Amino acid sequence: MKRYLLILLAALASLAVCAALALAVIERPEARTDLPRVVAHSTEHAGAPHPITAVLLDFRSYDTLLEVAVLLVAVVVALALREAQPDGPDRMGLDNPLLRAVMSWLLPLMVLVAAYLLWAGSTRPGGAFQAAAVLAAAGVLLRLAGVRLGGFAGERGARRLRALLVLGPAVFVAVGAGTALGGRAFLDYPADWAGGLILAIELALTLSIALALLSLFRLAPPQSDVERLPERRRRTRE
Amino acid sequence: MSATVLATDALYAWVGVLLCGLGLFGFIIHRHLLRRLLAFNVMGSGSFLLLVGLAQDGRGIDPVPQALVLTGIVVAVASTALALVIFRRWHRVSGESTLPEDV
Repeated sequence: MKRYLLILLAALASLAVCAALALAVIERPEARTDLPRVVAHSTEHAGAPHPITAVLLDFRSYDTLLEVAVLLVAVVVALALREAQPDGPDRMGLDNPLLRAVMSWLLPLMVLVAAYLLWAGSTRPGGAFQAAAVLAAAGVLLRLAGVRLGGFAGERGARRLRALLVLGPAVFVAVGAGTALGGRAFLDYPADWAGGLILAIELALTLSIALALLSLFRLAPPQSDVERLPERRRRTRE
Repeated sequence: MSATVLATDALYAWVGVLLCGLGLFGFIIHRHLLRRLLAFNVMGSGSFLLLVGLAQDGRGIDPVPQALVLTGIVVAVASTALALVIFRRWHRVSGESTLPEDV
């Protein structure tokens, strides 16, 4: 009885939201400014010829900076929640020769694709986030294949990991502070340097975002259902 | 008016409206935390589609909503991953996959 009531309520709520959104789509006001034309006009003076990259890293670079900060905060919370894991063999790795063989083919390709996406970002679809996603996927595959990333193990490795995680936002803020010191607004690049500065920021961001996504995957507490299963069975029987 | 509303221009926006409703429905009726997270992500995808779809009014590609959605996708990925870390931690601590105060 209670279940039916819940489904009814949920259906009503989602229908109401659908109706409200549909009304908003139907009754949407005409756009007062022609944003595509404004962007196309300003892109001529921006550091990146591709309009979306220009919006992301030039006109609205503040958004992008804060977005990277959000990603960093997520990693920091995950780091705080992680458990002390024994330094034994990696429990996540699948001992699968096929996966390892495929990885040795895929890994160079993935790194190449990531580099291409990063470079292509200034003139066509692509950019730091896409490149970082591909790099992070390569890292996740490596971990599934049981390959340990030795550079990030131990005390010094952890410090190195944190330094690389902060690198992207740090470069971003440094560029912003530099433009502010040079007498311009925060993150308002000088026209001659804009292209190089955006590329430098994107390079640092790619590394940091890829590592952040990979660490979020790595920091998930390990599975240990085995010990808890009898306990859970007892509880469901009661 | 109705001709422009139902044109294929706004197709993405309509799919977004649908996904928002579906996501909310799933979010309310499911108790399992993973299902809730999935439903929440469906809702998020709906709002992204809505944002991109609303900008398609025949004046060419509008890069501003696309950049906003790109930002939103990264934040959604970060929050989903964080939620998964917290869920697994909760599962380790309590052995439960739902929250106790849920009806």
